[in-house]
Amino acid sequence: MEPLHQLTIRQAADGLRDGKFTSLQLTEACLERMRSVDGHVHAVLEALEASALEAAKASDARRAAGGALGALDGIPLMVKDNMQMKGSRTTAGSKILEGYKSPFDATAVARLAAAGAVILGKANLDEFAMGSSTETSAYGPTRNPWSLGKIPGGSSGGSAAALAAGMCLGALGSDTGGSIRQPAAMCGVTGFKPTYGRVSRYGLLSMASSLDQIGPFARTAEDAALILEAIEGEDPLDSTSASRARYAAPRLPSEGLKGLRVGLPKEFFAEGMDDGVRARVEEAAKEIERLGAELVEVSLPSAERALAVYYVLMPCEVSANLSRYDGMRFGLSVDAPGLKETYFETRGQGFGREVRRRIMLGAHALSSGYYEAYYLQAQKVRAKMKAEFDALMRDVDLLLSPTSPSVAWDLGEKFDDPIAMYLTDIYTVTVNVVGAPAVSVPCGFANDLPVGLQLIGKAFDDALVLETARRYQGATEWHLKRPML
Amino acid sequence: MSLSREEILKISELAHIKLAEDEIETFRGQMSSVLAYVGQLSEVDVEGIEPAAHITGVSNVLRDDAVLAADPATRAALLDEAPAREGDLIKVKAVFK
Repeated sequence: MEPLHQLTIRQAADGLRDGKFTSLQLTEACLERMRSVDGHVHAVLEALEASALEAAKASDARRAAGGALGALDGIPLMVKDNMQMKGSRTTAGSKILEGYKSPFDATAVARLAAAGAVILGKANLDEFAMGSSTETSAYGPTRNPWSLGKIPGGSSGGSAAALAAGMCLGALGSDTGGSIRQPAAMCGVTGFKPTYGRVSRYGLLSMASSLDQIGPFARTAEDAALILEAIEGEDPLDSTSASRARYAAPRLPSEGLKGLRVGLPKEFFAEGMDDGVRARVEEAAKEIERLGAELVEVSLPSAERALAVYYVLMPCEVSANLSRYDGMRFGLSVDAPGLKETYFETRGQGFGREVRRRIMLGAHALSSGYYEAYYLQAQKVRAKMKAEFDALMRDVDLLLSPTSPSVAWDLGEKFDDPIAMYLTDIYTVTVNVVGAPAVSVPCGFANDLPVGLQLIGKAFDDALVLETARRYQGATEWHLKRPML
Repeated sequence: MSLSREEILKISELAHIKLAEDEIETFRGQMSSVLAYVGQLSEVDVEGIEPAAHITGVSNVLRDDAVLAADPATRAALLDEAPAREGDLIKVKAVFK
């Protein structure tokens, strides 16, 4: 058997059920792993050792009394540090929230706790989830466990790296333009962005509210589904959370993928992709075909505009959402003579460059004289994209593409070039703009670094996306590879 | 679309964000390049299309107009985060001179 900290959630749940080990042993194994490797990886901003051990003991006691809760009971998980969790500090990777203690729980975190999960700590991220490399964190970058000189992807790079490095069995991230899928691809783990509205955003520090969605990182698609089932569902505290049916068994034959129509959007296979990524994704497509699915070339012309739509809508929403960080009610407050000076100094010193850049872009795009050309126009193009996507998805069940055009790059390589950094989101942002579900699963290596395959579904078809990924993983072994650390 | 130094200063006013002197030129270049990139949206034909602020299709999710009190511990924890307090009040700078 693999070491405890390398188990899948399913394996660990079975082991706990069969009395092979306890949640306390599992939790201690993860904490020990964190102590031995996180000095190199820097995936964790705050280890919650005492409360984790307490939760593990409580889980073991429940189980001993015959009251185990479900698959997540006693399973050690990590939470991205932009989610509120009582008893933890929540910094969102920003100096403006240094020392802030969560007064309440995010719904997703509360639901994990209610399912018996053990929360090990808070994972590093790009500041306020703004970035694609986890380098904009005010607390220093996270490193890729596969190659410590490389970025882990972002913005949920800490969650992805902690899982890849064996510090936890799964993690929560958030995905506004690819922030779960892209680091999952770069770190060789499974990452799932649910349909917009499936998971409550209550207690997630808002970045771009019409795009943000919480979702799981796991070693397998099956594990990701277990986490999703625990956290999904309507929440009176988030008016955009959906009342739609919960996770349901998909319409597939008992095995294989016969009957499934998978579209390969030609816009996603145009130039601009590394050769190694293209080769791995084409091999993965052949494997999906071998499992019985029918591959069809399709076209989603507006996808070429998705990044431009995203880089208007997102900064606009950011500039509105981050106005709350004003030094008055919580967080950093820099003392200055007057009210306005306090705002300027607090926000000038508290926010890092990428965050300030995006707030300012949004403030400009929303300002008088520019609103129609930028924000209103982007909203119209978004509506057009959504209509085009919905029409396409009446013809196919899933879309298949790379998750990212490249494998992990060197730390610092794109740090001062926002456009180069933004372009790395080219295959992921469309999904957020139209609100669809999508998964990234490991599909091989290029230059010894993991490559991710993206499968995109129609809204609320999350179960089909994850089940297809599960069957792909049933036929391949890429998700079983672990970095040497 | 290229932003001028004056425009950057105006945007920093709108955003309530102080920039260091050396950042003004850096931001001018970087923000201009982003605006040049997103400028391609003007080429898209959107005749007759209604803008979409979000894609859920839901509108006007209402709840009862009632005060939902926080429990005392949460209330205390919320107040504890305030940078300056007087008793149970959050102290802020004067809005009017």
